[in-house]
Amino acid sequence: MLFRGLSFTLSDGELLRVAGANGSGKTTLLKILCGLLAPEAGEVRWRGQPIKALREEYARQLVYLGHAPAVKDDLTAAENLSIACTLAGVAAAPQSVRDALEAYGLPRGDVPVRRLSQGQRRRAALARLLLSEAAPLWLLDEPFTALDAGAASFTGELIARQVARGGAAVFTTHQDAPISAAVARVIELA
Amino acid sequence: MIAAIRCVLRRDLLLALRRPSDVATALLFFIIVASLFPLGVGAEPNQLRAIAPGVIWVSALLSSMLSLARLFAVDHADGTLEQMLLGAAPLGAVAAAKVFAHWLVAGLPLVAIAPVIALQYDMPVPLYGTLALSLLLGTPVLSFIGAIGAALTLGLRGGGVLLALLVLPLYVPVLIFGAGSVDMAAAGLSALGQLQLLAALLVVSAAFAPWAIAAALRISTE
Repeated sequence: MLFRGLSFTLSDGELLRVAGANGSGKTTLLKILCGLLAPEAGEVRWRGQPIKALREEYARQLVYLGHAPAVKDDLTAAENLSIACTLAGVAAAPQSVRDALEAYGLPRGDVPVRRLSQGQRRRAALARLLLSEAAPLWLLDEPFTALDAGAASFTGELIARQVARGGAAVFTTHQDAPISAAVARVIELA
Repeated sequence: MIAAIRCVLRRDLLLALRRPSDVATALLFFIIVASLFPLGVGAEPNQLRAIAPGVIWVSALLSSMLSLARLFAVDHADGTLEQMLLGAAPLGAVAAAKVFAHWLVAGLPLVAIAPVIALQYDMPVPLYGTLALSLLLGTPVLSFIGAIGAALTLGLRGGGVLLALLVLPLYVPVLIFGAGSVDMAAAGLSALGQLQLLAALLVVSAAFAPWAIAAALRISTE
């Protein structure tokens, strides 16, 4: 059992940080929140309704960026991003995909992700945040790992903007997060 | 939903195009397995003609198995499967698109190359049509059934062997009707009955397998 008796509500415009040591269940909690894992007991509700019943309807409201960058090595960053957006039900024009990647400082041109560094791969995955401004809930698992200071603070800025827009965000981290917005709450998993 | 299906189909075909060796291995495996039998059983023409449909069909089963192990495993490893599970489109539709893409790159080439193998076995030319048609109807069924097994064994150690144990028995009806149709045609009878049964299997598996695959994926990713 990783954790028990955990209960919280996240309102619009709130930012929640899940902290804890390695293996304390941060990723598990996030996977439960997005519906990839079912909790042993209890339930997750979205606007009062259990997410198990909502399924795709709930999935359309959220962006989940997991531990793995979820990019295909043989595809370019632009191809990866537009596929990720289409699967999430977001129509992304080629120009906005290019802009998002450029904003994240990824090289132009058709370079397969295989040739990019670990940090650049991470950036390619995070660029989805720029195209997911309509999603009211962001669930980000360790968004700052492998990023350099510039990209990390840019990511922090995006999260702050999401919160300022009235969206909610949950992120996990075991280090200090470069986010200017006030973290509404911290859940410390022991 | 249509956009998601098109997107997954395009993505998997693009991935296959960028990595043509994966497609080539399954096809070469089919050709090699089918070519081993004459070396083993001897080159007596009548005997070869008699075993040809069975051998070609068994080789197709094995080849389709070989490529199925990777159907979801790669997406599972790099995290893209999670994104499909959380996608806006129903998982069953996405799974069906993946299976169809798998058939296009792993099943359709077998249909095209089968007459060449048949030539090796001195199969009479009028039977080529029946053979190709039976493979055309049967190989998608193999992909659908195999994908359920691939989804169930996802992330298991030794999943490849388990997949074979799980899926090969389920392939038996397809093998019987597929090879049977060519045998019927070889005996001068109408193969229509067998082909219709294969078509029925295809319709049933296309209708139900996607949802079974989706359920299996949810179970094995939990």
